[in-house]
Amino acid sequence: MQQDLEVDRVTKRYGSHTAVDTLSLAVPHGSFFSILGPSGCGKTTLLRMIAGFLAPDEGDIRIGGRSMRGVAPNRRPVNMVFQHLALFPMMSVGENIGYGLARRRVAPDATRSRVDAMLERVGLAGARDKRIDQLSGGQKQRVAIARSLVLEPTLLLLDEPLGALDLKLREHMKIELKQLQADFGTTFVYITHDQSEALVLSDHVAVMSAGRFEQVGTPQELYYQPRTPFVAGFVGANNRVAGSAGRVDGEIVEIVTGAGLAVRARASGAIVAGDAVEAFVRPETVALARVTAELPPGAQPFTGRVESLLFDGANSAVLVREIKTHTEIRIALPQTGRFADLDAGETVVFGFDAQRAVCFRAGSHGD
Amino acid sequence: MATETAGDLAAPRTRLALLLLLAPALVWLVGLIVLPHIELAVLSLRARVAPRIYEMSLKQYATFVDEPLYWHTFVRTAAMSILATACTLLIAFPAAWYIAKIARGRKKSVLFVLCLIPFWVSETVRTLGWMILLRESGVMPRLLVDLGITPAPVEMLYHDATILVGLVYTSMLFMVVPLVSALESLDDSLIEAAYDLGGNGWSILRQIVVPHAAPGIVAGSIVVFMLAVGNYLTPTLLGGKNSLWFTEQIYTQFITRFNWEQGAAFGFLLLLLSTAIVWLGLTLSGQRFGDVMRRA
Repeated sequence: MQQDLEVDRVTKRYGSHTAVDTLSLAVPHGSFFSILGPSGCGKTTLLRMIAGFLAPDEGDIRIGGRSMRGVAPNRRPVNMVFQHLALFPMMSVGENIGYGLARRRVAPDATRSRVDAMLERVGLAGARDKRIDQLSGGQKQRVAIARSLVLEPTLLLLDEPLGALDLKLREHMKIELKQLQADFGTTFVYITHDQSEALVLSDHVAVMSAGRFEQVGTPQELYYQPRTPFVAGFVGANNRVAGSAGRVDGEIVEIVTGAGLAVRARASGAIVAGDAVEAFVRPETVALARVTAELPPGAQPFTGRVESLLFDGANSAVLVREIKTHTEIRIALPQTGRFADLDAGETVVFGFDAQRAVCFRAGSHGD
Repeated sequence: MATETAGDLAAPRTRLALLLLLAPALVWLVGLIVLPHIELAVLSLRARVAPRIYEMSLKQYATFVDEPLYWHTFVRTAAMSILATACTLLIAFPAAWYIAKIARGRKKSVLFVLCLIPFWVSETVRTLGWMILLRESGVMPRLLVDLGITPAPVEMLYHDATILVGLVYTSMLFMVVPLVSALESLDDSLIEAAYDLGGNGWSILRQIVVPHAAPGIVAGSIVVFMLAVGNYLTPTLLGGKNSLWFTEQIYTQFITRFNWEQGAAFGFLLLLLSTAIVWLGLTLSGQRFGDVMRRA
């Protein structure tokens, strides 16, 4: 398969700080690729190197198979949607979209018809003569994307473009972005710190931390088979249990916390008894019941007291403190409404399948 | 009810306080600008028919039209001032760009202060400094001889170019300050976006930077033009007898000829001239006076 973007062992340093550390990456044609990481992980530096605003200290970046070494941003087959969109306030919507075409010396009437066609495709037909400040947040977003896509780039870079929008609009724009990408078939490289954006939108996600990729995979792989403690903790909600490895039974490890709680989880990587380990248990894998008999068979039972109820519609959860060790654990409430009458202070039992919890050697990183 | 009473009582008091606060500005405005101008207007519209006897007349303005030297000086002053404004803009723009967009932290404030430092000495001293540098026995002609560029010292004072140099130097700060503030408010990502979409330095300057900075450019240009047109010292000292600056004509009428009526008419003509040119500049650049002055 043709790779639209290949990043080959790229490094960028600022003084003694390495922002991007010998990082490699390949994005196939037509895919939606996200780079997910907390702020300061180097994802913006990486994006700016791809766009050409920064030059890598080491390594090479190839776009459409062509090395971009020494190629200025205005000569790369790449366009970028900026964090705050950077629409030109001194120009109309049509002039914004036509800007790049005019720079390529496309004839004015051809520019005009391409701008109109593009406005039609992003659902803004007839907005050509509007001023930028007359548009809503979502419309500005579409103009920013249209302004780049009208140039038919090999690669579209998006720098957290949804960050400035309110929640409702952000949810809406997520769907719109995915549809636009499917429509145009352009390869999108999207950077964000919002894991929900990355999971919803992408074909592949790279989780980045301290200048390196922790794991690259489909959203499902990242969620269900995290390969490092960082990915397990960063992608989706998770309960983290740190302790030392006790009995190792095949791939199931028993983790004993400092407070004395012993839980069982599936080992990721080689773990021997005595290792410092971290286990992660997703809130939705923990079963909640009022009596032990109601727990699914095979689940190791714990007793706890309800600390607080976190009602959030379909994402409702409950914080439970294990009765002996006072370890706090977050448990998702089932959608059936079976625990709608649960009160703080009530005693409950809970347990989870050891196969669905994952355990790492503490501090391990991606390859 | 109680709050209403309090409000009623407070209203006249607030008005009084406002009036007192405005008093110095009002005194300044009425006493030093409005009243003298009314007096000048009256003066300019009368002619002496016999000792101590005056009558209403447009004679002073007629003299201006009839005498070629006067309106020649008038047009020359306007043209030179516009040229000085354009030169100041051309020199100040890169400097302002550097201060606003490239220099960071300490360097930025140092550069800003450097622009300000010449204003710590009086205009007379600054202009005399130029004279020391440029006169025939001065530093520059000496240097040119030493470098073998000219065989003998040349007189660099009393040329039109010398007047321009002096005017540009005097008004630089008034151009740099509004330009820096206009350029600082330009989001860097706009420039990056334009570059990313295929723009080059020139097209970005023309389509993104200049339209954004237009109010600052116009504000700086108005101030610099006004300063140049109304300048007396610099053209007189650096241009000598050849300077032919309109303010000199006004000075001559008032002080040398003691013809206050003629001087007043010239003063009014200068006011009309600068107003007309500023209006023209605003119209051509499509800016509104209020917006521009807020940037200055």
